Order: sequence, then C-alpha cells, then structure tokens
Amino acid sequence: MELTSLTIDSARSAIQERKTTAVSLAEWAYRKIESDDPTIGAFITLSKERALAKAAEIDEMAKKGEKLAPLAGVPFGIKDVMVTRGVRTTAGSKILGNYLPPYDCTAVARLETAGAVVLGKMNCDEFAMGSSNENSAWKPVRNPRDISRVPGGSSGGSAAAVAADMALATLGSDTGGSIRQPASFCGVVGLKPTYGRVSRYGLIAFASSLDHIGPLTKTVKDAAIVLRTIAGQDPMDSTSVGPAVPDYVADLEKPVRGLKIGVAKEYFGEGLDREVRAALEAAIQKLAELGCEVVEISLPHTKYAVPTYYIVATAEASSNLARFDGVRYGHRASAARTLSEMYRRTRDEGFGAEVKRRIMLGTYVLSAGYYDAYYLKAQKVRTLLTRDFDQAFQRVDAIVTPTSPTAAFKLGEKVDDPLAMYLADIYTVTANLAGIPGISIPCGKTSEKLPIGMQLLGKHFDEATILRLAHAYELAEVQN
Amino acid sequence: MVTTPETSVAARARYEAVIGLEVHVQLLTATKIFCSCSTRFGNPPNTNVCPVCLGLPGALPVLNRKAVEFAALAAMALNCQVNATSIFARKNYFYPDLPKGYQISQYDKPLAEHGAIEIPVQGGAKKIGITRVHLEEDAGKSLHEGFADSVDTTAIDLNRSGVALIEIVSEPDIASPEEAYEYLIRLKEIILYTGVSDCNMEEGSLRCDANVSVRARGQREFGTKTEVKNVNSFRFIREALEYEIERQKGVLESGGQITQETRLYNSNEGKTYNMRSKEQAHDYRYFPEPDLLPLIIDEKRQAEIRRSLPELPEARRKRMVADYGITEYDAQVLTFSKALADQFEAAAKAAKNPKRVANLVQSELMGRLKAKGCEIEQSPISMKGVALSADLVESGVISGKMLKDLYDLSFAREKDFPDVYEEEGRPEQSRDTSALEQTIDEILAAHPRQVEQFRAGKTAVIGFFVGQVMRASKRQANPQLVNELLTRKLGG
Repeated sequence: MELTSLTIDSARSAIQERKTTAVSLAEWAYRKIESDDPTIGAFITLSKERALAKAAEIDEMAKKGEKLAPLAGVPFGIKDVMVTRGVRTTAGSKILGNYLPPYDCTAVARLETAGAVVLGKMNCDEFAMGSSNENSAWKPVRNPRDISRVPGGSSGGSAAAVAADMALATLGSDTGGSIRQPASFCGVVGLKPTYGRVSRYGLIAFASSLDHIGPLTKTVKDAAIVLRTIAGQDPMDSTSVGPAVPDYVADLEKPVRGLKIGVAKEYFGEGLDREVRAALEAAIQKLAELGCEVVEISLPHTKYAVPTYYIVATAEASSNLARFDGVRYGHRASAARTLSEMYRRTRDEGFGAEVKRRIMLGTYVLSAGYYDAYYLKAQKVRTLLTRDFDQAFQRVDAIVTPTSPTAAFKLGEKVDDPLAMYLADIYTVTANLAGIPGISIPCGKTSEKLPIGMQLLGKHFDEATILRLAHAYELAEVQN
Repeated sequence: MVTTPETSVAARARYEAVIGLEVHVQLLTATKIFCSCSTRFGNPPNTNVCPVCLGLPGALPVLNRKAVEFAALAAMALNCQVNATSIFARKNYFYPDLPKGYQISQYDKPLAEHGAIEIPVQGGAKKIGITRVHLEEDAGKSLHEGFADSVDTTAIDLNRSGVALIEIVSEPDIASPEEAYEYLIRLKEIILYTGVSDCNMEEGSLRCDANVSVRARGQREFGTKTEVKNVNSFRFIREALEYEIERQKGVLESGGQITQETRLYNSNEGKTYNMRSKEQAHDYRYFPEPDLLPLIIDEKRQAEIRRSLPELPEARRKRMVADYGITEYDAQVLTFSKALADQFEAAAKAAKNPKRVANLVQSELMGRLKAKGCEIEQSPISMKGVALSADLVESGVISGKMLKDLYDLSFAREKDFPDVYEEEGRPEQSRDTSALEQTIDEILAAHPRQVEQFRAGKTAVIGFFVGQVMRASKRQANPQLVNELLTRKLGG
C-alpha cells in the first residue's frame, strides 16, 4: 500500500484489518525518501531502527487482533527541534551537529504511545528561525509542488515531507507561523494549537512564550487526531495548562451553520498578492454558502505585530540560546586558549548568520537603558494585540485570513533581505503573540499551480471550532 | 604634609559606614527547585543531575512547592510581607557552571518585601530593615584543583545546580562591622528556628556578600559603594568590613575617590582586592521567565504556611525571662537552638517547680560548662537531668550541697545526672531532725532580741534565723525543713 492514498485513519484501519502492515508502510516511506529526498531535502536524520522496531510491535498487536491505538503504524516525521532519545537532534544547527539527547520530547513520546512510527527528523531553519527553510545549516528544503521554490519555514521539512508522501504526518513547531506558513506553501494542513495546549517539554526553545508544537497533515481530520493525542497537561511543562482536552475528532462532525466568521480588513491590505486575495474571497464565499455568517471586524493593532514579534522573539531567543556555549554538549571550538575565546569561537563557528542576527537583536533589546523602550513596550503592545482578539471574539467564533501574503517564493529570492523575509510572517505572528489557535488549510492555487493557504484563528482553547470549520470547508472543496 | 596618627584618627572619625548585606541561604528541600534531583551534599560529582538542571536543550523548569513554602516561612520569620504574586526572572550571564546561561531568580516582583529584624546594640535594640527575600536557583561548582589535569583545565560539578536558595537583602541600615556581625548572628538564628535551612557555612548553605560605603557623618547621600564577596565566615565578614571601611576612609582622606567595584576578601591577608570594576560589571538583562507562570501565594496559602511558623527566638527569650525568672543572658543561651530551648521548656514544665529548673541551669549548669569550656549542647547533664535534680531538691530528698556534689560527679564522669544519682545509690539527706533542732535551739537562745521581734509580729525576722541555721549547718540542712522547725519553735 502506498502512503499517497492514505490518511491516518485509513492507514490505521488497513493495518488493523491486516490489509497492510506497519512495517511495509514504513519501508514504503523509506523507499520514497531514498528516491525523492535527495531532491527535496526534508529529512536530516533517519531513525530506521527505532521506526521498524515500533512498526513490528504494531504488527504483532494487529496479528493478535488487539485494538490498535489511534496512530498505530502511522509513519511520522518529527521536526528536528524536538528531542528524541538516542536519535540525533540538531535543531538545524551545526552547534548541535552530533547531539544525542538522553530523553524524549513529551509530544513525541505521546505520539509513540499512540502507536506512531517515527521515521526520522525533519529539516528546518536553524533553531526554527526563518520563513523559507534556507537557514538550515545542513541543506535547504525544496517545495515538492515546485522544486525551484521554498517550502516555507521554519517547519519546511515537515510540510514538504507530507506534501511529497514521505510521511503521513509530521510534527512542526510554530513560533511566528512556522507550521502554518509552510503548510500553506506546500498545500497541506498545519495547526498551531493554543499556547499551553501542547507541552513544550523537549522542544528546543526559540522563544518560550511564543513556541508551539503542532501537526502538519494531509487532512483536517488527521490534524484533529494528532492534536487529540499530543494535547493535555504535562507535569514537565508549567505552562501547559487549560481545560480538559475535548474529542476534536468527534467535534468535527458538528454543524458549522450559524457560526460567525470575522474578516479583518487589516489582513487584506497592502502587500497581499492579488491571486491570494481572490482565493481567500472565494473561500469566504464558500464559508458563507456553508451557512456561516461573515462579519467585518477590526484588529487595529495588527500593524505593530511584526515589530513586536521580532522584539519579544529575539529577546527570548538571546537567552534561550545562551546554553549553547560549548561547555557541556554540542560543538566546542578546539584550541581556544581562554574561556571567553572558547565561548566566542564556539558560538561563532556553531551558529549561522540569521541566528547570530537574532541573538544580537535580542541582547540589544534587553540591555540596560533599552529594555523599557523595546522589550517592555513590546510586551504592552502584545497585551493590546491580545485585547484586539478578545474583543473580536466577543462578536465572532473564528477569524479568517490569508496564511501568507504570497504563495511560495523562489529559493534565494529573499535570503539577502531579512526584512522582506520577516514580512512573510505578517499574518501569522499575531496568533503567537496572543496565544490563540490557528490552522492553515489549502484554499486553491495560483495560476502557477502554487498552493494558497487560508488561516482560521480561534478563541483560546477553542481548536474544536476552527477544526470543525476547516473540516467543513475541506469537505465542500473535495465535493467540488 | 605628613599626617600624624592622631590627626588621622580624628579625620577618620568624621566618617560613618553604611552597610547592606545580601545573604544567600540554601533551603533544606529534599529535591532541587525546578526538578526532582536530590540535593544531597557530598555525592559524587554530576550524579544528582537530570536534563532540567543540566540545562539540556528542551528541558523546562517546574517549581518545587516545598521551596515556596520554605521561602515564605523564612520571609514571614523575617517579618516580611509575602507578595500574593511574584514573578520569576532570568538573570543572564555566561559562566561554565551556569548551565543555561541564565539563572532563574526573581527581580522586580520578589517573593517578599518590607521585613525587619532586631539586633542588640549598646543600650538597647536596633531595627535592621529587610528589603526583600526572593527565591532562586543555585549554580554548579567550578573545580579548579584536585584533578590530574587541573593545571590547564577546570572541572564542573553540577550537583548543586538548581538547588533552592533564598536571597535575603538588607536595607543599608547597618552602621558598623559589629552590627553586621550581630545581624548575621540573628538572621542565622531565625532561619535555623524556622528549620528551612541548616545555615552551614562550610557546605555553602549560607553565603554572604556585603555592600559598603562611607560618608561624612551627617551627610544624607550615600558614598560610592563597593561589594565585598567571597567571605565564608561571620568573623571574616566583620574583618573584611573593618578593612574595607578603613581602606575607603583612607582613599577619601588622601583626596581620592572610591571606585564602584566588586572586591574579594583574602582572609589570610585580611585584605580586600579588586575583582571587577563597574565598567566590567555584568548587564544581566533581566526579563520575566517565560517558562514559569507567576507565583501565586494567596491569603489562604499564606495562612497555612504561617501556621507552621514557630515561636521565634526573640519572642521566646522575652517569654522565658517572664515565665522562669531567668536573666536575658541565660535566655540567650537556652535559645541557642530551637531543640535546646524545646528540651529546656519540656523539662521545666514537667518539673515540680519550673523556676527551680531555670535557677539550676543558671546557677549550677552554666558555670560548670563555662569552666569546662563547652557549649550547652555538649553538656553531660541533660535538661531532663536538671529537672530530676530540681525535683529531688524541691521535695527535700537531697540538699543543695548534695546537688552540687552530684553535679560535680556528673561533669567528672561525663554522665547525666540520673545515672550518677543511681550510681551513688540514690543518696538522701538526713531526716533526723534532733541535731538540727539542737542547732536551732542554740541559735534562738543566742538571739533573744530577734525572738522577741518575731513574737511581736515582725515575722520577716525568720529569714535571719534561716540564714543563721544554714550557716551553722554549713548549708547541709534542708531549708524547707529548717523553715518548718523554726516556725514551730518560734510560734510555740
């Protein structure tokens, strides 16, 4: 059986019903990786031994007729910013080139408990810093829909692998759009849950108050299945909080008629590609046809989101990345004569240009004399942005926006213009700053056959509503 | 111009010192502040570690509930207001024994503020303000010696990394090295009473840094301060401050200026040395720790914690002086530790006459201990032993003289009073009153005028007769019995 035709549910059922085996699915995936990944570059490290052992375990259970767990035998990819016990985890950086973590990320452990087969670690921008995957220290990722184009970032490998059928689903991380934007560029589903919904334990931190783990999948239902598996409080993460985890999968079938959908003019302004706008307008029309009420809203502080984001994110990053000092693990510069030389050379050799840029920015905004003007001010604006959403959500159940102002751009197109690159996150960073859930689903293609993504934003801990809307839209599109 | 010593002394007297102390106290939690690793001291290097306290990628801190309780308890004992909400913050700096490149501490919203303790000063007490008490994690240890390659390498032991600390910052209310010393003694005593730390300086569970400046007497503004670090005993703090104050006065007197800097104390030389100047000072880039939620200690929880607050040494001393009629000094000695004070009070309360127990401690025990040069904690006679001896005297079984002899034997044999009492065959003072009656008769006969006075109603004269009889019996007589016999004979 080929991954091409499968979803999480159908794969599990096929294994349960012994129409195929978990081992053969994993082997199929590895063959696909072997043939296609030299071009795409989605994987950094393969964990064949671990994957095949897990797959064999699942097959043994299926053989005995035991009821399989929801992700049993599903070939998964894990973004390389999530630690995996004994499997090299680099965060896309040379500074962790040979790092073997001694423990598993909670989300990964939960996937495996639910039967997932972890094929390997997905390429990404170094420390998840980037919007094109060109900041990976190892290799760029190419967009399977058009290999001259980027897959988006930073979870570029995670999105590309699903799009190219090298994995049935992957985990990505999203600090400013890093799940949703590549999902949109590669034409797959990408979900960033509410802050606190999924444990961050074992996620190599970029910006702790903005980092989220979430799934990239082929369908909305698959995203709901994965979220149901990885969500919920974790005693190892103090910020994993919130109400009990609902059954996102069962909730998909609830009607969407009568739901109020907000459309904010701030997300349809200057810089939005004409074709993306047209696709979004059509999608909004479709949602209206499904019985949703479309309401015009305003999120007035949106224009401050990108600068606010780049202050908060870099500030936290400058601190989070201090531990990569060559003392305990990872790369250490050889032949340094003094401690400070060891620090400087280790970090100079180990970090790439974008990471260094962000460490410097973050160090600057936290420095004595600048803290109030930058970091403190940014935190205040963050509060205002969150309030914008709180007010909007008193009137609407979800907000619809483009995921990215453009479809996938060409490799090399923006590498020399960091500011242009930062603006690729303009529609996604707000959800990270406010901590609200967001999902990107495909909503048509450009004339060049490049996927376009629609973003649905929801209330805190209300992933169920945006999943339900996305699911209804997806079904309607399929029926077309 | 050459300054003569006299003018120098006079000149120096024009200055006063301003001192503030920062004390780090390690909390006695079984596990570290943000992970479940053991805090045991002395385990092999890097064995009490996990991804969290090693600062491995992806690991996150989870706050230890007990550490919060202990910190709040200490803060309450120091009369601080515990904040309902406090915030953890990251203090960023690079150091090899700081695994994350930042220390999780508290900054602008600490656990507790606005406290004070009293220290004894000439002719009374002085209040020293406590600015704040906050929670933080300890760093690991850099080991610069003890290994084959120690000449050119430093080893790191991260067993201590993540151990729970509180930092107690005083107001600049301390005016002399002596006051600083007293403050530390009192502070340590209070913390020990709460039981949240063992305050063991050798093992580093109590550490102190001092901020010190001098200014012209009467001047309102503070002078430029220096910070003295690396001082590992209270005595050294006093010495370091004495040196540093004199050094600063000397600099000012010779027309110089104090440089704001961190100085290390070298206890062998009794001098402080520059470690780093203000220009080299770290910019710690504090910001709220995003991995931890704000720490909420609401009123209900505060009340719960407050319930486990023991009676504190100062209050206890005052009560003991009132309850047992002992001196301030003896109350001080008896409250040296909470355990000792508890033993004393338990024994005193169980005894027939609590005050007699206190009196015996004061009159018989302390002197012998002092002569022997040992602390009350090493006393051969336990508080229970004192209580038994008090009861024996109280009920007239043994005399005061016999008690003294038995105490001497206890100290000589290093055995507790009950053992010695048994070994001596449970001695009793003579119950035969004939010899005593004869003595009394002789004394009454020799003092007819006083007998007359007594019979005329001036009954206080009985004290005179008791004294005479006791002296005649070389203090062997049982005073109670003497009293009885005298009353009978005088009345008859």
